[in-house]
Amino acid sequence: MPDGADAVLDVKGLKTVFRTRGGEVHAVNSVSFHLRPGELLGVVGESGSGKSVTMMSLIGLLPSPPADVRAGEVLLKGVDILKSTPEELRAIRGARIGFVFQDPMTSLNPVFTVGNQIMEPLKRHMGLKGKAAEDRATELLELVGIPDARKRLKSYPHQFSGGMRQRVMIAIALACDPEVLIADEPTTALDVTIQAQILELVHELRRKLGMAIIWITHDLGVIAEIADRVMVMYGGQIVEQAPVRELFGNPHHPYTRALLKTIPKLGDERDERLQIIEGQPPILTAEPSACPFRARCAHAFDRCERENPLRRPIDGQPLGRGHDVACHWNPEGADA
Amino acid sequence: MLTYTIRRLLLAIPTLLFISLVIFLLVDLAPGSPASQIPLTVPPEVRMKILESMGVNEPVHVRYLLWLKQFFVVEPLVLIDSTFGTAFAEGQQRILSWQSRSPVFDIIVERMPQTLTVIGSAYVLGVLIALPIGIYSAYRQYSWFDQLGTFIAMIGFSVPTFFTGLVLILIFAVELQWFPSIYDTSLKVTDWDSFLAQVRQMAMPVMVLALYNAATISRYMRSSMLENLGQDYVRTARAKGMSERVVVLKHVLRNSMIPVITVIALGIPTIFGGAIITEQVFRVNGLGALLIGAIQGSDLPMVQTLTFIFAVLIVLFNLIADILYGILDPRIRYD
Ligand SMILES: Nc1ncnc2c1ncn2[C@@H]1O[C@H](COP(=O)(O)OP(=O)(O)O)[C@@H](O)[C@H]1O
Ligand SMILES: [Mg+2]
Repeated sequence: MPDGADAVLDVKGLKTVFRTRGGEVHAVNSVSFHLRPGELLGVVGESGSGKSVTMMSLIGLLPSPPADVRAGEVLLKGVDILKSTPEELRAIRGARIGFVFQDPMTSLNPVFTVGNQIMEPLKRHMGLKGKAAEDRATELLELVGIPDARKRLKSYPHQFSGGMRQRVMIAIALACDPEVLIADEPTTALDVTIQAQILELVHELRRKLGMAIIWITHDLGVIAEIADRVMVMYGGQIVEQAPVRELFGNPHHPYTRALLKTIPKLGDERDERLQIIEGQPPILTAEPSACPFRARCAHAFDRCERENPLRRPIDGQPLGRGHDVACHWNPEGADA
Repeated sequence: MLTYTIRRLLLAIPTLLFISLVIFLLVDLAPGSPASQIPLTVPPEVRMKILESMGVNEPVHVRYLLWLKQFFVVEPLVLIDSTFGTAFAEGQQRILSWQSRSPVFDIIVERMPQTLTVIGSAYVLGVLIALPIGIYSAYRQYSWFDQLGTFIAMIGFSVPTFFTGLVLILIFAVELQWFPSIYDTSLKVTDWDSFLAQVRQMAMPVMVLALYNAATISRYMRSSMLENLGQDYVRTARAKGMSERVVVLKHVLRNSMIPVITVIALGIPTIFGGAIITEQVFRVNGLGALLIGAIQGSDLPMVQTLTFIFAVLIVLFNLIADILYGILDPRIRYD
């Protein structure tokens, strides 16, 4: 991206392929984006659109085999971490990039105390020991709003509720003051009130700590509430990217438009939201040579079949800075 | 946990009583009497006297109750007497072997060391071999190491121990003459040479049983590790930047050991069963050989007592396995 220079994280042309028995699955196709300091970037898309695989590719969290990160650069403050050794990557994970996962019920190790699991990165990355590690762990639990923190260090994960466990996960991710926090659907498994509390917590932590955040969700309602900028993913690629107001006010891609229509209005059944877009996301057995959305797109025409659209700016700003979209169709009538 | 343990112990009492009754009656139905051990030259009246003195002519429930009393009261008292020099059991009738006329428990105590050294060390060795193999096979699933491990484990638990035993005897004792084919129980370890002799005579039975135990336990270890390696908390540990050593040997192993330790504990009494065959093959004069001899000689008290001891061990180690599970898994609270 042209303005990648001031970015904490600058991802260029990332490609991730899974080698499976049934052949290759191209889960991430030439994904480029950047994250500015202190920014909250929302990532949306149906499940299977490649959100998790993209983020896990960044920091080498995918098991290989079957995963193979084939191409791309991931610049963390200008240094390409895809070229780092496994040992260097480990020094980055949990220290400079924190990760929170979807399911707090299974993401903590059931047989170790919460304190043990929070202190692990403190010991490894910050060299804290004994009392110092314990003090910092207590501080972290207090930071994420867990009452009676020092005593709770000795509790096991099953002694916490789902929401409290997700707070613990956030405390672990923030343990070493990371520059980037990646949260992969952190509230999907929680019920609505708890979800609101976690979002509130993230607002507060951003204010206090100022790290940049990537927030993955398939819930545009959440994005509207917390994101500065939004990236819409489909079929392993970014199909639209814009500041949050611009995206909600002026959506371009037919997929984004369809997604926006699926935001539940008061009284709607929650479960029915995503089924409004007819059809299934594609399973990509090769690098797509056509638009991955064409089969489900109401506006598809012959060019969509021939050529996978590249991202293009639509508001005159340089690519990546303003509003861009990967679509041949032009809502104003004339084909692009 | 304590109340749970006590409750389980109390529950074990009726279980064991029932098992003891079944064992006693089944064995009692078998043909055989101490009369067959008395030389035919003894006149019939004297013969009857001897039998009476052994309580053989009493009705079956009286004999059962007497045996129970002897097993649970008299023999423990004898044990206390011999440790503390007291005399609680004086004048009490102990369980006597029909074959040798000496107390069953004295013979068992005499045979125990052979079984424990051979079978016990085979089990410990088997576990020590199995755990690293299981861990590494799972971590490198489908690698050549894993494939080889799977192959050897298949052989290990599909080929019966008497067969592997005979093959080993043919190769190492008959052909190569590295190891003796018969276990010499009278060998006492006093110096380096006798120690080496002991190791050499133990080598084959230990190898056979260790291979079998390692085969089963390594499979359990492997599948338990595989199950845990795919868990979300493993990804969390990696996302924290933990080294692979910590991820595998702390996070995954600690979880995987829970079912494996249970299996190991449950397997301890069954190794005595396995010992029966191996002891026959290698002529180890241990408890297994004792049981076979007692069955062949219709020595009912010996058979009843040995079988019941196996049953007690099984119940006991079931309890131990459950308690270990509770200790190892913080999610389980028995109270
Ligand atoms: N282990 C795997 N093996 C093969 N394909 C995979 C694997 N993990 C993910 N994929 C593929 O990657 C695609 C994107 O998955 P993911 O990133 O998890 O989607 P989401 O947007 O829901 O997070 C999936 O549709 C799937 O086809
Ligand atoms: Mg996902």
